[in-house]
Formats: sequence, C-alpha cells, structure tokens
Amino acid sequence: MEHSNNNDPLVIGGVELQSRLFTGTGKYGSDTVIPDVCRASGSQVITVALRRVDMNAAAGNVMQHIPKHMQLLPNTSGARDAEEAVRIARLARAAGCGNWIKIEVISDNRYLLPDGYQTARATEILAKEGFVVLPYMNPDLYVARDLVNAGAAAVMPLGAPIGTNRGIRTREMIGILIEEFDVPIVVDAGIGKPSEACDAMEMGVDACLVNTAIATAGDPVIMAEAFGAAVRAGRQAFLAKAGPVLTGAASASSPLTGFLGE
Amino acid sequence: MTIRVNGETTECADGQTLLEFLEGRGLNVRSVVVEHNRSIVMTDDLGSVRLAAGDELEILHFVGGG
Repeated sequence: MEHSNNNDPLVIGGVELQSRLFTGTGKYGSDTVIPDVCRASGSQVITVALRRVDMNAAAGNVMQHIPKHMQLLPNTSGARDAEEAVRIARLARAAGCGNWIKIEVISDNRYLLPDGYQTARATEILAKEGFVVLPYMNPDLYVARDLVNAGAAAVMPLGAPIGTNRGIRTREMIGILIEEFDVPIVVDAGIGKPSEACDAMEMGVDACLVNTAIATAGDPVIMAEAFGAAVRAGRQAFLAKAGPVLTGAASASSPLTGFLGE
Repeated sequence: MTIRVNGETTECADGQTLLEFLEGRGLNVRSVVVEHNRSIVMTDDLGSVRLAAGDELEILHFVGGG
C-alpha cells in the first residue's frame, strides 16, 4: 500500500477505506485515463451515473475502465424528486454495482443545488431498503440532522456549486457539521485545487470527493496524484493537532537566553 | 407491434422476449439495466418476459459522472 495512515481507516457501510479521496468518472477527455487516475490518486471509491442507452449509437462502457478493487458509488443525478432518486438507486443496484448510493436530488438546473427535503425523503426510503446512503447536501445543520436521522451512512456537504472549482466557500457551515455529527463528513463539489482539499481535511472532514478538478486538469493523472497527497497531508495534519495560533506579539521558536556574548 | 423505448416509439416483432429485443439491438445485456412497464427486470429474467403492444421500456447503462 502506498498510502500512509494505515491505522486510520475511514469506515463507511462496514467497508474500510485507506484512502480518503473519492473520485468521479465524469468529464474526462477519454475514459481510458480513468485507470491511471485511480492508481495515481490512490482512491478506492469512485462515482458513476446512470443514463438511458442511446439506441441509435454504439456506446462506450465506463465500467470497463474502472479497476475491480474500487468501491462503486453510483449517483442519482438526474433525479428531480425523492421518487426519481429511489427509482434510480434501485436500478443501479439491480445493475449489479452493489448497495452504495450517492443521493443527488436537484431540480434547479442553474445552480445545481440539492433539495434537502427530497434528499432526506429518498435517504429514509433507501436506508430502510439496505442501501449505504451517502446524500449530497447543502451544509445545513437541520438538513444534516434529518439525513442522519433518516439513516445516512455519511453526509456529503458541498464546498461550492457542482463543477465550479471555486473551493470551500461553505467553510463555516461545514465546520458546524464536523462539530455536531459523528457520521463521516465528505466534502463533495466545488473543490478545485489540492490545497483546498488539504484545507478541508485539516479542518476535520473525513474525506473529499473530487471529479471536475481532476478531470478538467491539463494533466488529470498528475492532478490525481496531487489530490491524493493533499488529502493525506490534510488528514495527517488534523490527526497531529496543529499548535495554538497566537495573536499580538511573536513567540520565539529558539531560546532567548544563552547567546554567545552573554 | 409498437412499444416505447427510452421515450421513443419503436417497432418490434410480436411476442419477442426482452432478451431477444435487446440482443437484436446489439446490446450487451450484462451492461444494461431494464425497466419494463416501470418494473426492474433482473438480467436472468430477461428471457422470460414477453413484450406486448404498448409496453414501455427504459434501458439504462452506467456513464461517467461525479
């Protein structure tokens, strides 16, 4: 294993993950780069989406590019309400990719912000059906509470709107979720740079999901490696517990006595 | 006879099974998931479901996504 922190697994739905970076499969120039992204990032969880087959065109199959060891996390993108999310989740499970599901319920196509109420409804139904439910959410205390009460295995607050690479614009709100909940917190959406993923991990989030920032990078494989390193660094920094921040005057790192001339 | 497939009207042979329909369209049944009149059909059952006029199919597969 190339990962550090081998005694610090993230456990979701009974699965032990050594990597705290989740990756996506959308927006790549070619899906053939996905195996290299998986290897370079060290990621063990990967998202996919479910769509209608185009009956008039031969289609590629994204699944053939996903390494066998990866934990699949199909999403319910395209769902506009809880019923559609539940329908997509059941189809994804029937398609043979396991029982993890990322709930994504969005009816606003301009901002792509998740509908908390519908997301909680879908979470409740699917958790009862034995799914390991990871809902994508606005980082809102009350929505998170509803999701946890509904049986979410983790919650996935957004850092910024989907696909924007704008970073962690919701830092304070995510901080509240870290304080208040024991379920894993996975920052999903908005992370644009490794430093931002590192920052989120230093804050104490449990994992980061990154798709666009890797897929749209000039070199996705190098960027994947950078994100893997950044997430590990951030996690280690969190575990190491940073020293106090002092305001006002300085505090010498070297002794202030015993100079040569004394 | 006429059925609806992924929202579009399509012709298919009378009495065809779902398996025959999918294979006739060149689809790998292991890489798609099918809803027949809003019910999920497991891959192993595709050969035992016969299509009837007016049936609605959703044929889906995994694509890249985040």
